[in-house]
Amino acid sequence: MIPAPFAYLRPDSLGAAVAALAADEDAKALAGGQSLVPLLRFRLAAPTTVVDLSGVDGLRGVADDGDALRIGALTTHHEVVRDPLVAEHCALLAMAARTVADPAVRHRGTLGGSLAHADPAADLPAAVLALGAEMEVEGPDGARTVPASAFFADYLTTALEPGEVLAAVRVPKLTGWGFHYEKFSRTAQAWAVVGVAAAVRREDGAVAEARVGLASMAPVPVRAGEAERACGGAAGAEDLRAAGALAREAGSPPSDLNGGADYRRHLAGVLAGRALARAAGMEAVQA
Amino acid sequence: MPDIRVTVDGVRYDDQVEARRLLVHHLRRLGKVGTPVGCDTSNCGACTVLMDGASVKSCTVLAVQADGSRISTVEGMAADGEWHPLQSAFHRRHALQCGYCTPGMLMAASDLLQDNPDPTEEEVREGLEGNLCRCTGYANIVAAVLDAAAEMRGAHTRTPVGGGTA
Repeated sequence: MIPAPFAYLRPDSLGAAVAALAADEDAKALAGGQSLVPLLRFRLAAPTTVVDLSGVDGLRGVADDGDALRIGALTTHHEVVRDPLVAEHCALLAMAARTVADPAVRHRGTLGGSLAHADPAADLPAAVLALGAEMEVEGPDGARTVPASAFFADYLTTALEPGEVLAAVRVPKLTGWGFHYEKFSRTAQAWAVVGVAAAVRREDGAVAEARVGLASMAPVPVRAGEAERACGGAAGAEDLRAAGALAREAGSPPSDLNGGADYRRHLAGVLAGRALARAAGMEAVQA
Repeated sequence: MPDIRVTVDGVRYDDQVEARRLLVHHLRRLGKVGTPVGCDTSNCGACTVLMDGASVKSCTVLAVQADGSRISTVEGMAADGEWHPLQSAFHRRHALQCGYCTPGMLMAASDLLQDNPDPTEEEVREGLEGNLCRCTGYANIVAAVLDAAAEMRGAHTRTPVGGGTA
């Protein structure tokens, strides 16, 4: 299938990209194109202008920024998976990124593109939510920072205003935490029926703090707050599986061809328990 | 219309293209019809090529996004009249029936092996996750990739007639 015609711009600065997006209310930013190009091809999206961000310097790569990592929006999933800083400070992001689609898509698809597309079944939104990341947004009125908890507004909708570009993601260093991403999908390269991003901090052998981000349990990624609170003091996998079971109450899961809402709730409870136990190092991870 | 410059299998092409043209359609217009349009939904991987050395689904890349890049297709695999070890292994191992997925399988496999010259069977299956074959059931494809990997590492193996693994 062939996309509808559009004007194509490849600005060489962030300012020019913002100006181009602001000049046409039906303009769309293009990062790696792994979500946008399929939408164009199916004509589910028909922007009049496509603003390709690939010519903008400084949108790619991972930098150490004190107590956080600053990850450029155009950093590909493939790069996130292999980045040594990500591995050291927020490995959850790499664990989620390596489950995205397939190698060819991971070569092109970007962190910023995935977050700005905001598919509720996507893996990375749940991970950045659990990590407490912040979005660096550039727009016609200057720069602003949006916490992940306020970034995802609705199905395929973010807090980005017309003309705004997601420039980078700041991910706090959670050095010493344990992480696990648990994804259930029906076939290879499929979207998550439910995905669970878990982060756990232990003190003296017991769990001191835990975070759980859920994919595909609502029109936006959600935290499983009750499950998180129930993790405090957990000393073994059994405790964490019991705490994780509370994730079934989170969100407002959809019913679709991949599963009903009840089934998703069941999955969320089981997978959250498993993800927490594995993140805490209290249950072996199967290869 | 935007001007683009793409090097395909070592030959440079300068063209004006519509911004909406997909890379796979551009390649085919250049005569590079070894790369098929498959599912057209980013699922099947039949149109996989290497873009600056990394596998991509050419139905999910705009031709304008490939401006300035180096594209490798299945047509550039053989060299000096000799098949690439992956091509030989696919032939030897009967790793295709209808052949529609084969160009994409070969390109995805070559990406995998340049990254991981000695993959396990599981790693081959993961590396080919984005490529669908509706004929073979994958067993012979995986065996062929393991075979080719061994050959490319210089560890020649003999395949007994009637089966066996590398």
